[in-house]
Amino acid sequence: MSEAALLLEARNVAKRFDLVVALKAASLQVRPGEVHGLMGSNGAGKSTLVKIISGVFPADGGQILVKGVTRSFRSPAEARSAGIVSVYQDPALVPDLTVTQNMRLAGASIDAVRKWLVELGIVRLDFSLLVRDLPYPTLRLIDLGRALASEPAVLLLDEITASLPADLSERIYAMVKHWRERGNAVIFISHRMAEVSALCDRATVLRDGATVGVTERAHGSEERIVALMLGAETARAVATVASTRASLRAPRDAQAALEVRGLRRSPLLNDVSFKLYPGEVLGVAALEGQGQEELFDCIAGSRHYDEGAIFAHSRELRLRHPADAIAAGIVLVPANRLLALLQQRSIRENVALPTFGGIRNWGPIRMRAERMRVESAIARLQIDTRAGSELRRLSGGNQQKVVIARWLASGFNTLLCFDPTRGIDIGTKRQIYTLVRELAAAGSAVLLFTSELPEIALACDRAIVLFGGRVVAEMPVSEADEATLLRSAHGLAPLAQAAHD
Amino acid sequence: MTKPAKGKSSVMAVPAAASNTPLTTRFRRSLRRYPSLFFMPALLIASLAITVAVHPQFSDFDLQSLAMGALPLAFAAAAQTAVVISGGIDLSIGSVMAVANVLAASTMEKASFGESLLLAAAVLIVGAAIGALNGLIVVLSRIPDVVATLTSGFIWGGIALVILEKPGGGAPQEFLNLGAGTLFTPWLPNALVLLVATVVVIWIPLRRSKLGLQFYAVGSDRIAAFRSGVNIDRTRFAAYIFSGLFSAVGGLGLTMTTGIGAPLAGVYYTLSGLAAVVVGGVSLAGGRGGMVGPVMAAFVLTLIPTDLIFLNIDPNFGQVIQGTLIVAIVMIGGFVDMARSRK
Repeated sequence: MSEAALLLEARNVAKRFDLVVALKAASLQVRPGEVHGLMGSNGAGKSTLVKIISGVFPADGGQILVKGVTRSFRSPAEARSAGIVSVYQDPALVPDLTVTQNMRLAGASIDAVRKWLVELGIVRLDFSLLVRDLPYPTLRLIDLGRALASEPAVLLLDEITASLPADLSERIYAMVKHWRERGNAVIFISHRMAEVSALCDRATVLRDGATVGVTERAHGSEERIVALMLGAETARAVATVASTRASLRAPRDAQAALEVRGLRRSPLLNDVSFKLYPGEVLGVAALEGQGQEELFDCIAGSRHYDEGAIFAHSRELRLRHPADAIAAGIVLVPANRLLALLQQRSIRENVALPTFGGIRNWGPIRMRAERMRVESAIARLQIDTRAGSELRRLSGGNQQKVVIARWLASGFNTLLCFDPTRGIDIGTKRQIYTLVRELAAAGSAVLLFTSELPEIALACDRAIVLFGGRVVAEMPVSEADEATLLRSAHGLAPLAQAAHD
Repeated sequence: MTKPAKGKSSVMAVPAAASNTPLTTRFRRSLRRYPSLFFMPALLIASLAITVAVHPQFSDFDLQSLAMGALPLAFAAAAQTAVVISGGIDLSIGSVMAVANVLAASTMEKASFGESLLLAAAVLIVGAAIGALNGLIVVLSRIPDVVATLTSGFIWGGIALVILEKPGGGAPQEFLNLGAGTLFTPWLPNALVLLVATVVVIWIPLRRSKLGLQFYAVGSDRIAAFRSGVNIDRTRFAAYIFSGLFSAVGGLGLTMTTGIGAPLAGVYYTLSGLAAVVVGGVSLAGGRGGMVGPVMAAFVLTLIPTDLIFLNIDPNFGQVIQGTLIVAIVMIGGFVDMARSRK
């Protein structure tokens, strides 16, 4: 197909945020009359590419061509006038305005939006209601209706079906097909492999910020997409695993350090149950937004759950505040270190902070005892303290170690690590996982979520996979290679099982 | 009899679901959405009733002095409202009022009425320009608005002192009468007319314009507004222009009601204007509230010290009571909000 006939083309688009490279060389070719899937595992750069194409932020390098002409949009409004409209992962509606006002704000015709909403199955919607009073699925459809009302030649849907009930997803599929039949193009991002293979004519696969392949819809294209997402180095060296893993496994009849039973929190957590034993590292594998953040927050006491129960050593916990979880020996190492640490204060104060929680401890600080505790924790973790007194001068990896050191100093039974190595260099990464193994060997229980699937095999004894707020698979680490995890995380049956069927 | 009516209404319901919502539902909805629209008049009437109760000889003169006393504060509140709704804050309002006040008093002293009106227009333009500068500082420097306007306020305060070192100046009597006289009957102070007219002329068209919608959108959710195609920087900039404009009107009001220019008189209005905004039901988080609440709150806040004087309470102690009342009103509003969000 000649280039002029392409509706939209991205050529070697690059983007970095400070030190993090989000896109290296992303390319995409979208033809009129097709639904084009954009696939890739966590952090592959899908959402970044969508935002560059739709004008949320500019690219650092590369080109965007619309109908063969190079364009660079400075705002979503500019992209819209060129016929490119995106529905983002989260609703782009202003909560304190009514639906009508929101449509006016975006310059969308209210009659056209109403017409599209009727097509989407929302026949009666009072447009004078405030957006904040409407349920989430309705907002997604309004978002889509507003996008359609500007009659875009290229419609980008970034995870629109995530956390939507099945019947609404069906309506969106029908609309996507309808839009294709009108000669327009739809760029469709979804973690649900079944959706993609049913809906998309072609799919572009991104890995680590670069386009690694384009697949046509054909028999077995799912397998090819998974293979592309994994890359050539599937057989990545996992030799370090055996050496760092404790040789002795805790006996299974032991009391669970942490047990989660039937945990629900609408809309993202639907029935999660698992047991975590002392001396074990349990990996949690999931794609973005499958409920893992809610799960960790619920266990750590910073969010409330609707149903279910959490037990520590067979005692049911009432978690109303992170302090309740800490008192039960459950501590969290969050992905965003900024959330856990006081950037302007010293390492010592940061490490010592949790022990100041109770009113009993509000009196004078016993400096010597505190210093010894803090120093032993710092020494144990080999934190580089040369950076001085302010925490913000430390590197990301060292900051993450301070978070762990803090819990070492205050004591814990169960460590919840939520993506602890996000944005951390490889050397420190290895140190952190070695440390996690050591903690487990010393009898702690560790629940570890990582967005980088190969790391499960590196650090865990067992893995569970979350998909759509449910545990869809559980496996010993020997079976938890990247391909198997990636398949389950996309809601596909394991390969062995598929062969049996 | 009922059958045809029923059939008719169901036909009507499909094309326009919004327009035939029952009146009671609509009333309840607007009560929920703009509680201060109902709460503030009630509070104002209550405080007027208390005033009449403690001071039975309440006369047209008392009403005039109330309107004159509340006029600058109401404009300070209006200026703050424009910025707070769009998610910002302006701590230079009092100083901008001072600049407008001394600028008017120092230039109008020997002017004719016609000239003074032209000068007033010039002062309004200066006010809007100062607001524009404030907006530019906030938008371009990315310094938090609290810091940016607090510090720029020192500059405007200094300029007011440069223009007029100590209280003085004046304006033609006809000009002063615009804020100090009465219209038709002694029970209709010009100050009230001026206030209502200004708000009606500036705010209502703004509120119904796309720019006004963008103020609320940016204050409510900046990311969603940006993705809806709103230019965030331009909108915030525009909000500061309106703040400067309302501040300048407030400065002129100060000139009308006091008859002179005083370089330090305006400063008080920054924080009491902010108090009126909060009491008037405008969310400091942005995106919620209107103009009626803060303007009425300015009258309530002016009545409280008046009542305390009528009650012969020590003015120093009066300040404690006034503060306590403000906290109580804001707390009640907070509890109502909490109860609503829990539902």
